[in-house]
Amino acid sequence: MRDPQLNKHGELQHLLTLDGLPREILNAILDTAAPFTEVAEREVKKLPLLRGKSIFNLFFENSTRTRTTFEIAAKRLSADVVNLNVSTSSTAKGESLLDTVDNLCAMQADMFVVRHAASGAPVLIAQHLQNTGRDHIHVINAGDGRHAHPTQGLLDMYTIRHYKREFTNLTVAIVGDVLHSRVARSQIGALRTLGVPEIRVIGPKTLLPTALEQLGVRVFHDMREGLKDVDVVMMLRLQNERMNGALLPTPQEFYKVWGLTAEKLALARPDAIVMHPGPMNRGVEIDSAVADGAQAVILPQVTFGIAVRMAVMSMLAGQ
Amino acid sequence: MSNLDAEALCAQLIEQMRPQVSADTALVGIHTGGVWLAERLHLALGLKQPLGAIDVSFYRDDYGSKGLHPQPQRTEIPFNVEGAHVIIVDDVLYTGRTTRAALNELFDFGRPACVELAVLVDRGGRELPIGARYCAHTLPQPLPASQSLQLERAEDGTFALRLIDA
Repeated sequence: MRDPQLNKHGELQHLLTLDGLPREILNAILDTAAPFTEVAEREVKKLPLLRGKSIFNLFFENSTRTRTTFEIAAKRLSADVVNLNVSTSSTAKGESLLDTVDNLCAMQADMFVVRHAASGAPVLIAQHLQNTGRDHIHVINAGDGRHAHPTQGLLDMYTIRHYKREFTNLTVAIVGDVLHSRVARSQIGALRTLGVPEIRVIGPKTLLPTALEQLGVRVFHDMREGLKDVDVVMMLRLQNERMNGALLPTPQEFYKVWGLTAEKLALARPDAIVMHPGPMNRGVEIDSAVADGAQAVILPQVTFGIAVRMAVMSMLAGQ
Repeated sequence: MSNLDAEALCAQLIEQMRPQVSADTALVGIHTGGVWLAERLHLALGLKQPLGAIDVSFYRDDYGSKGLHPQPQRTEIPFNVEGAHVIIVDDVLYTGRTTRAALNELFDFGRPACVELAVLVDRGGRELPIGARYCAHTLPQPLPASQSLQLERAEDGTFALRLIDA
């Protein structure tokens, strides 16, 4: 069976996960994103590429930043954007996911941007569209359960490339709640594909999935040891809302051991960059002095995220 | 077609443009051949405004049928377009669609006072009401659509025009 996100010519039809996506496609997306960054500085922040296309932001789970950046990306490409906060609409009345999709297709949708609490929901939609002969409609996964968040992974790669130029000589550390993080999964897959020689994962045993080493990463349970000489520190958010039971003592306790402070960051290379997918819990996983410090590239990540999403949308809609 | 001497045409184009430009004239090259040519013109004409470059990938009218061009380049307009005298530079003028796309893109940066077009060769085959104010050579017969004519730049910077059979 072919990768459900590629069409029969091997081009990107949907963006569902970064797992298994060839390096050429990853690089093509990053290369395409670069000229889109310039659009934000123009008098008219708009390109005509997706004029006349209808994009539905289908958010079954709350997210302000991701939905907003997808919306801005689509609008800067001149698409018509409809935001559906599905948690408060038809599903509450009992409509199934695929019935919702069929109804929106009947409204001439060209693209769905899907966020769902269940892993695999965007794949299900993509397969449904394929099975019903609607190959011209594209799906972008904007985060599904603990599975994947490919555009976040891509914007992280874009950010690293922007500041570090090359991937093949880097040591990258991912720190924190990997267990609940779809972002971490997308990051690890992309970093490996792009040839990062050393990927480290740093966190408490209770927040790291088992068998992490099989993904080709080095696992550290001591933050100071793990941060030594790294080029990139990718912090994760402590996902309180996805936790069942007591995996942690208290946020204060977590901060003491796993929070990124200036003192711990000093163990990394002096030119190391600090990333965070947001929203940040200041004083839990990251200290304000670091989050607002000279090494933080957290706000540029947001800006690059718009260009990366513009690139993905225009590559998909042009297939 | 190999009898077209790109270097001689370039020298002619410079002499055509010289009396018409002032130090404030701004040049914008269209990727890729147009940018090379614009660099040469900019230097030879001694223009003071920084050189601009446009990649029309995001403005092409065949996006719907052909998709996004691979590896688009950054568009850079490093001068204030508002009220400027702008000359768009391309190596070869054909259907006029690329010029149309470049005009649309340019206007998203502001309202220029006037826009002109300079090309090395007009190969005929226009599909839009577009003409070049400065043109070093017009082919006596339009080239067939199966052929493509493009500027090439050698490592030492020398220009050549190459005809390719698709």
